Amino acid sequence: MDPIIILQAGVASGTVLLFATIGELFAERSGVMNLGVEGMMLIGAMSAFSVAIATSNPWLGVLVAMLVAGLLSQVHAVITIQFQADQVVSGLALTFLGTGLSLVFGEGLSAAGAVSLLPSYTIPGLSVLPILGPILFTNQNILVYLGFLTIPLTWYYINRTRQGMHLRAVGEFPAAADALGINVARLRYIYVFVGGLFAGLSGAAISLAISPGWFSQLTTSGQGWIAIGLVIFAQWNPIRAAVGSYAFGALRRLIFDIQGPTKILGLRNPFFYNSYLGFFLQMLPFAFTIIVLVIGSREAMRKRIGAPAALGLPYIRGERGL
Amino acid sequence: MFRNRLWQFAIMMLVFSLGLVACASTAEEAPELVGGFEIPTVEEGSFNVAMVLIGPHDDGGWSQAHFEGLEFVEANIDNVHTAFIENVPEGADSEQIFRSLSRKGFDLIFGTSFGYMDPMETVADEFPDTMYIHISGIKSNTTNFGNLFGAMENMKYLAGMLAGARAQMDGNPKLGYMATFPIPEELRLGNAIALGMRRTCPECTMDIRWINTWHDPILEKEAAASLFDAGAQVVFTGADTPAVADVAQEKGKWGVTYDWDGSCKIDACLTAPYWVWGPVYEGITQGVIDGTYQPGWDYFDADTGALGLYGFMEGETLQPGVAELPAEVIAEVRGLIAATLAGSFTRFDVFSGPIYDNQGNLIVPAGAALEQVDLDAFPEFDLGCEYCMKWWAEGITAELP
Repeated sequence: MDPIIILQAGVASGTVLLFATIGELFAERSGVMNLGVEGMMLIGAMSAFSVAIATSNPWLGVLVAMLVAGLLSQVHAVITIQFQADQVVSGLALTFLGTGLSLVFGEGLSAAGAVSLLPSYTIPGLSVLPILGPILFTNQNILVYLGFLTIPLTWYYINRTRQGMHLRAVGEFPAAADALGINVARLRYIYVFVGGLFAGLSGAAISLAISPGWFSQLTTSGQGWIAIGLVIFAQWNPIRAAVGSYAFGALRRLIFDIQGPTKILGLRNPFFYNSYLGFFLQMLPFAFTIIVLVIGSREAMRKRIGAPAALGLPYIRGERGL
Repeated sequence: MFRNRLWQFAIMMLVFSLGLVACASTAEEAPELVGGFEIPTVEEGSFNVAMVLIGPHDDGGWSQAHFEGLEFVEANIDNVHTAFIENVPEGADSEQIFRSLSRKGFDLIFGTSFGYMDPMETVADEFPDTMYIHISGIKSNTTNFGNLFGAMENMKYLAGMLAGARAQMDGNPKLGYMATFPIPEELRLGNAIALGMRRTCPECTMDIRWINTWHDPILEKEAAASLFDAGAQVVFTGADTPAVADVAQEKGKWGVTYDWDGSCKIDACLTAPYWVWGPVYEGITQGVIDGTYQPGWDYFDADTGALGLYGFMEGETLQPGVAELPAEVIAEVRGLIAATLAGSFTRFDVFSGPIYDNQGNLIVPAGAALEQVDLDAFPEFDLGCEYCMKWWAEGITAELP
């Protein structure tokens, strides 16, 4: 059990969670909670894979995946922004819609055979760094590096740019933003779309880079839900979101590697002696998601952890309140 | 304003759904849905056979092999209608599926995963006129609930010999086995691999990873990568898909796939022990139609033609990683295959003493062999096994709970 290998694998599989989490973070920062991440990821993974098969161009696959998932997100946007319906219900429905569509259009894709995938690179210079070199910069997929860039850029955009300020305003106090001449509905449409783009990218990262292939629902196997939990855990901060994503990525690999050694740090390793304990580790991300969602849905707690104040509430011009 | 919008939306949805209903009513009667699964219908006047699969019918492994068996039945017996349901989880969900299929009037139902065992037993009690065949379990009755499996351990043993020879030749005497659940079947097949491995490579060891699933292509890849990164030269899978060969290709090592003869196509795949269910299913179906099939504990050997080792059967060529092996190893495996197919080298020859476990205990003394019940049972099942299958063979670096 080599911690470097576990973290290296964790950064790779955590990239999938990272994109989905960042996308949801944008949408929630604008005040719209979208529980349809899983569905958007699935349709992204399916579109990316089928376009890559049809055109032999994985980049075109990524682009189409992002657009398709973005388009799907607009269903949620229309229902919750235009018709001001409940965001939770609509988001859940979006998951079913996305899952169903991707299963129908993905029928038979799993047997499609070899596909051209996105390349992996080792970064010269950086890869010789001790510890960080092998973990971050050795033989990682190009999307993993894109993920590295996304984290600071997202933070800068949200916290240091004018558009980012508008985004935060719309999520915190849409009435005030409206009074300042910001078009609340338009911005929410845009950021729900951005959330869709990222979810599509996340799906494409699975099917064309990290764990290539199309395996119906098992392609994402619930990672969209973990991403939603991670947004709350990250307190809507992209840097914390990245830490959480990579940590859960590493856990996926730890579940297997921990079964290897008889002793860990000189102590008897229970995972070597009892195979049933693996179930417990596999459950952890989902137990975490449930706990975080419960905490995040309590009004008092939401204020304390810094949720966008208008998160989940439709904005109706002229009504009192947020 | 808000109310207006909501009404608009509600009316829109109403019109939309009325439209859907109108369309649907002109088409055929809507199919029955149970837990999100569409229950197929029977064909009047035919003998109706249904199959329940744990993965997709084109998973490239376990389920695909069964599905092809079902197609074989449809093609080779007159007046048989077949149907299947895929991606059915084990446990309570599957019970509803089996019950609905029975209610629809299917005459013979195959359940092809270990965890369908208890649900099938329950439903078999409720529908005494339907025949249920469960693959790979340990339960059955004598009237309408049969258990079916075959001596895959023979093929795993031979694949273990090839893998051991390969690891020895590559100078890295370490194998890996990606196991699903700690049940007798997985231990039996893992032990068969280890016994074969030790026959050609006495210094070889084998590492284990439990994945706690039969079918999850992504998890299977991660577990395979874990074994390769921990130093394994050849990795076996006990799960349903050929993921292990794909990872082997990436890592420049070797994988041994399982279940289906089409699973071993890439160069990194050494071989695949596989099933040929068609003739077995044909025999059972014909027997049930004729009223001659006696359900119970049906365990077939390789002389039925239902088991294969990819590269070694008629019309197949050796995979490149096997063709490079020393000629005497290949000759030995060919000799044993011939004996296996002829019925003179059976599962009891694979598990004949002396066999030591990985703690150094003598499990089976020289001159003795395991019996059928030993292959299938843990001591706590109370099936009366003497040696049982709750041990890891010498060379396996893992322990059991």
